[in-house]
Amino acid sequence: MFPLRVQGLAFRPERQTVLQDLDLDLSGDGISVILGPNGSGKTVLLRLLSGLLAPSAGRIDWNGRDQPNGRLAMVFQHPALLRLSVFRNVEFALAAQGGERAARHARTREVLERVGLAHRLDESARLLSGGERQRLALARAWALRPRMLLLDEPTASLDPSATEAVERIIREIRTDGAKILMTTHNLGQAQRLADDIVFLADGCVQEHVPVRRFFSQPQSPAARAFLQGELPWRIAFDR
Amino acid sequence: MTETLFEALRLVVVVDYQLLAIVALSLRVSLSALAIGVLIGVPVGAAIAVQRFPGRGALIVVLNAMMGLPSVVVGVIVYLLLSRSGPFGEFGLLFSPAAMIFAQTLLVVPLIAAVSRQIVEDAWNDYAPELTLIGVRRWDAVVLLIADCRFSLSLAALAGLGRAMSEVGAVMIVGGNIDGFTRVMTTAIALETSKGNLALSIALGMVLICLILMLNALAYGLRCWALRRVG
Repeated sequence: MFPLRVQGLAFRPERQTVLQDLDLDLSGDGISVILGPNGSGKTVLLRLLSGLLAPSAGRIDWNGRDQPNGRLAMVFQHPALLRLSVFRNVEFALAAQGGERAARHARTREVLERVGLAHRLDESARLLSGGERQRLALARAWALRPRMLLLDEPTASLDPSATEAVERIIREIRTDGAKILMTTHNLGQAQRLADDIVFLADGCVQEHVPVRRFFSQPQSPAARAFLQGELPWRIAFDR
Repeated sequence: MTETLFEALRLVVVVDYQLLAIVALSLRVSLSALAIGVLIGVPVGAAIAVQRFPGRGALIVVLNAMMGLPSVVVGVIVYLLLSRSGPFGEFGLLFSPAAMIFAQTLLVVPLIAAVSRQIVEDAWNDYAPELTLIGVRRWDAVVLLIADCRFSLSLAALAGLGRAMSEVGAVMIVGGNIDGFTRVMTTAIALETSKGNLALSIALGMVLICLILMLNALAYGLRCWALRRVG
């Protein structure tokens, strides 16, 4: 599955250019964080890697294959939880993979315990708080034992304590052997979690460097402006 | 006019036996048609919402158009199917409650399927990325989404119930409005009005409206209770 090589990737829906000529190499361990202004294509890149979107041009090479040969899971900014119990929201994902009922139930209980939701197994997922919903979504992805986990702003709109809980779970999933690629707008979170930073701007990778180097010596003018809180990016309002 | 209204109220209050029999048959026919309509319409609508196949767009247009299917047209079609010379004539169902259930089912299935399709498709648009990545097969997604949208789908059932209970043309044609056998509220109202028996017509109308209100109130109450429990 790794190394993952992205070459000349472009995504141009309906005369817009979201990504253009994007190159990226990722190893199979650690946490890579994608940073960049809104509209830079962070979420689109995750969706292209997951196969939910098809690229307009370019190639995604999973260690010589067109498709990943390990499991890939994704957690969205607003996870879709079914109107089922907490337990069933994880178990149905395992059921979709097949396998024995007893093993599915054991795995479900295990991951829910690890994300701190074991005491709410029978409650409706729709009644959970925002932080709990995100933990449940992480548990569902984790239950599948992904080799790569894509996280799209997993702590957006969460308070600090819920954010801390989610970050702890992300580290545990990484320790469990999953490569994590995530987007965030939270620079503090990027510094806490990331091994390396992929900085996207204007639809392509401006920098891909270790986290310390990115925050201490950003090389590209766009990254420097981003870190200094400048606002050089303009959103065009179509009339 | 006032006398007629008082007489209508008297018929309702004293629980006229004739009126009670008509109400009971109306409920039996319409609720049976609704049950069959839900069993067919909801899965069909959900399947169209989730599956992709050639001609899907055209099918949705036809399904939506069939929500306005004239009940007399359905009545004529069912009449032809069940009449002695028709393909199902040998079963002798014409002018029976079974024929009325059949006709009302044909009326409510497209309505329930069309509303269900829209409800489930909206949910599918939200869930599709995650369910696809998890590896849920489309047919399994149909089942999951029906369960997930069950409270919203109750609206489709209520729309079907309203259609069935208020319908007069089809049941008149295939039921024959036979006193004590196939006379339901709507056909009785039409008949009694033409005979000038306005008191019974108004009494039946009041009962019909009250029944529909009560069933909707019950469904609304159940929905609120369930939403508080499962969100």
